[in-house]
Amino acid sequence: MAEPLLEVTDLAVEYLTEAGAVRAVDGVSFTVGAGEFLGIVGESGCGKSTLLFGVSQLLTPPGEVVGGTVMFGGKDLVALDTDELRAMRWRDYSVVMQSAMNALNPMMSIGAQLEDTLNAHGRLSREEIRQRSAEVLRLVGIDDAHLTSYPHQLSGGMRQRAMIAMALLFTPRLVLMDEPTSALDVVAQRSLMSKIRELQQSLGFAVVFVTHDMSVVSRYSDRVMVMYAGQIAEAAPTAAIFDRPLHPYTRGLMTAFPSVTGPRKELAGIPGSPPDLARPPRGCRFHPRCPVVMPVCHSQSPELYRVGEAQARCLLYAEQAKEAV
Amino acid sequence: MATDAASNTATAGTAAATDAETATSPRRFTRSLLHNRKALIGAVILLVMVFVSVFPGLIAPHDPEASIYPPNLGPSWNHLLGTTQLGQDVFSQLIWSTRLTLEVTLVVSLIATLISMIIGVTAAYAGGLTDRVLTMTTDVFLIIPVLPLLILLSAYLTPGTGSLILALIITSWAFQARQLRSQGLSVRNRDYVVAARVRGERPLYIVLVEIVPTMTSLIVASFLALAVFEVGFAASLQFLGLGNSGSLMWGTMLYNAQQAAALESGNAWWALSPGAAVALMGAGFALLNYAFDEVGNPALRPLRRKRGRTPA
Amino acid sequence: MRYLARRGVLFLVTLWAALTVNFIIPRVMPGNEATAVLGTLHNVNPAALHALQIEFAVNVHQSVLSSYFEYLGNCLTGQFGVTAQGVPVMTEIMSKLPWTLGLVGVATVLAFVIGTVAGIASAWRLGGRLDSVLPPTLFIVSTIPAFFIGLLLIYVFAVRLNWLPLGGNYSVGATPSWSLSFIWDVLKHALLPALSLVIVTAGLWVYSMRNNMITTVSEDYVKTARAKGLPTRRIKYDYAARNAILPNLTGFAMQLGYVLGGAIVIEYLFSYPGLGYLFYTASTNHDLPLMEGLFLFYTVAVLVCVLVADILTAILDPRTREG
Repeated sequence: MAEPLLEVTDLAVEYLTEAGAVRAVDGVSFTVGAGEFLGIVGESGCGKSTLLFGVSQLLTPPGEVVGGTVMFGGKDLVALDTDELRAMRWRDYSVVMQSAMNALNPMMSIGAQLEDTLNAHGRLSREEIRQRSAEVLRLVGIDDAHLTSYPHQLSGGMRQRAMIAMALLFTPRLVLMDEPTSALDVVAQRSLMSKIRELQQSLGFAVVFVTHDMSVVSRYSDRVMVMYAGQIAEAAPTAAIFDRPLHPYTRGLMTAFPSVTGPRKELAGIPGSPPDLARPPRGCRFHPRCPVVMPVCHSQSPELYRVGEAQARCLLYAEQAKEAV
Repeated sequence: MATDAASNTATAGTAAATDAETATSPRRFTRSLLHNRKALIGAVILLVMVFVSVFPGLIAPHDPEASIYPPNLGPSWNHLLGTTQLGQDVFSQLIWSTRLTLEVTLVVSLIATLISMIIGVTAAYAGGLTDRVLTMTTDVFLIIPVLPLLILLSAYLTPGTGSLILALIITSWAFQARQLRSQGLSVRNRDYVVAARVRGERPLYIVLVEIVPTMTSLIVASFLALAVFEVGFAASLQFLGLGNSGSLMWGTMLYNAQQAAALESGNAWWALSPGAAVALMGAGFALLNYAFDEVGNPALRPLRRKRGRTPA
Repeated sequence: MRYLARRGVLFLVTLWAALTVNFIIPRVMPGNEATAVLGTLHNVNPAALHALQIEFAVNVHQSVLSSYFEYLGNCLTGQFGVTAQGVPVMTEIMSKLPWTLGLVGVATVLAFVIGTVAGIASAWRLGGRLDSVLPPTLFIVSTIPAFFIGLLLIYVFAVRLNWLPLGGNYSVGATPSWSLSFIWDVLKHALLPALSLVIVTAGLWVYSMRNNMITTVSEDYVKTARAKGLPTRRIKYDYAARNAILPNLTGFAMQLGYVLGGAIVIEYLFSYPGLGYLFYTASTNHDLPLMEGLFLFYTVAVLVCVLVADILTAILDPRTREG
């Protein structure tokens, strides 16, 4: 396999609260290859957004990275000092936030914000800046007349696309996206996703896409990672995870989403709610809600076991993994 | 909208967290409050003052109004803060004045907050023209400068504590009305309120039972924020000679001291101690208010690194 | 533009309200204060006397409504009658205005600058050394009434240390001129009052500024700016500070009323002969015409500042322009 573009090893993120430190991301490891589309799914509070910010070094107090490494471009992002990090920001990897209305400075025009970014990483002439800005807007289907528009003057879908245009200013090799479609209606979502896919194919960047929407993930990602309670519950190529979900939690997620095609099944949710990360359950974190819980699950914490081309953090597969080794 | 956010900076106390959903449950809230150092200090200060105002005789050694001692004395064991120009014991006066000062502050803050709440929630709930009229009235009172209006009103009202209270209420009710309206608006659109309306409950019921209880934390915060400044305004007014100079309040002590030029040529403690007392009471309310903000809006809290409580 | 129109309406309504307050109070309050005051006026310009009679309902033989309109007309043409000494109210105000303008103007600007810079610095490093000390201290200080700060300063610097004068705006016996020594004299006299005002005002502003900054800094667009690798200074000022200040400009302007109130007390304390001191003497003399004139003046001053803030917001905040 080719050298991975991004290699995250044992990343841990903690939040300082009055009750002590809460581990929102607990020993997460994964890799992303060049041009790959990785979807990260999970319920609210599972740590997926925190993971994204931990990887891109955007956490602010009270959150901080307390362990692990993030290898990207031959450097560990966690260990870099501010200046080295800043040089890499946006050029090599960029971030698209959940709500463009909040992510765009309401006081500055779109063009001014693009210009700001360009100026932060190089010295271009006025004309070059203008050209590049217009070019990148055209990529996402926005007329360059909007360079002088302010965020509140654009529609939701356009704002999101403007954010993506901004993310592509330097044609980075990796774009991290935090639920960029959540704030949009279904039609705009579909349109935005196909645009992202199209751009990915033409420009060749990798995408890490955080979402709670399984349908988006099923359609567009190459690989899927399911998170639960700050850990990876299951990771596999998309087809594998949808055809043969291994972890009971993943299976639960599948049945929680209706499919428009296919037989009409009764929707089952997953009973219970995600654990309080300040006091996670002993043993397997999912065991209080697991429909196939075994006695050993109450005391033993499962590792991430390899099962064929997938990985699952479930004691059901502990034996298999041992055998495979 | 940007303009509506404008007047929230007019209150020194209340921060931007008007969404009741960010507030934790009442019990957790009170617990956090009690652990907050600032709240503790503020509460202690105020409790001491309450005690002093209820049992002044236990602490003050002399009759505050008896002018039988040698005038203009400096501090001594007999007279901890010296005596006034008329030979009264300053310390006893200070202690005895606590009661009326505290009463006036609390009464004014309470009534003004009540009016503020009624107007704010009514504007939020009724909407439409009522809302616009009430909001504009609030804005007008917010812009009109407080002390000039206070002085003007005092010129016409018969000097006395009742007039003082009235004037203060008139000039203060608008202080928090905007924030209360803001929160009223967000609460009004919550599901349980909408459900109540759909059920056909009467508006008064909805306001009193569904809306107001959710706003308790903001109402208390408003009360505290108001109290901080009422102490000062009352004292300032009396300092200028517009109160009842015979009443036993810190403000009147200040006035009398100033008239007697105590600072320069008499007993400086007479001039300074009531001022310090006013500042202390204000600080007590302010600390409580500051702590209230921090507990209600987590973003404002300072961090204490408590490493060692990591879950296994 | 709709934004400005709305604010313009508020301006006019408040102006009308202030004028009406002046008209209603004498008619609503018991007693015949006004008659007494007007009775003491001799040798007065008839037009001025008539204006006062209408304002204060003395010797009036017309309906309230027509009095009201005549009164409004007088106000709009600057006819505010005369003080108890027979001097036109406007003249009296104008002569004292420069002193207050100098004092309050300088103090407010200084306080605003200090408050803004300190608030930004404090919020940028939340929980840092500056932040744990400055905001609570200044907040507490700002809740201390202005007069007490003034009293303390007088006691320490004027009475005890004797470094600065006790009061007044210049030494007794000095003749006003543009000479250096006179200016120095004026500055010495203005220092303590100005310091009192700055302390009180800056405290309030640091607190508001810090809170606004905190809210702004936690916004997503600041996070995005960091993600884009923009230089720290740019993020701090163009993305955070600007967004913290601008929407609250009007709010800052509305705090001016409180500052002016504090200035009145300070002027009284220092016997500084500005508008505040004038207000005080008017109240002890029961000089109703002067008091009402001053009240109006103060209100209009705040109104004008608020309007200026509104205009600035309309110009600088793109959200007020309906796309």
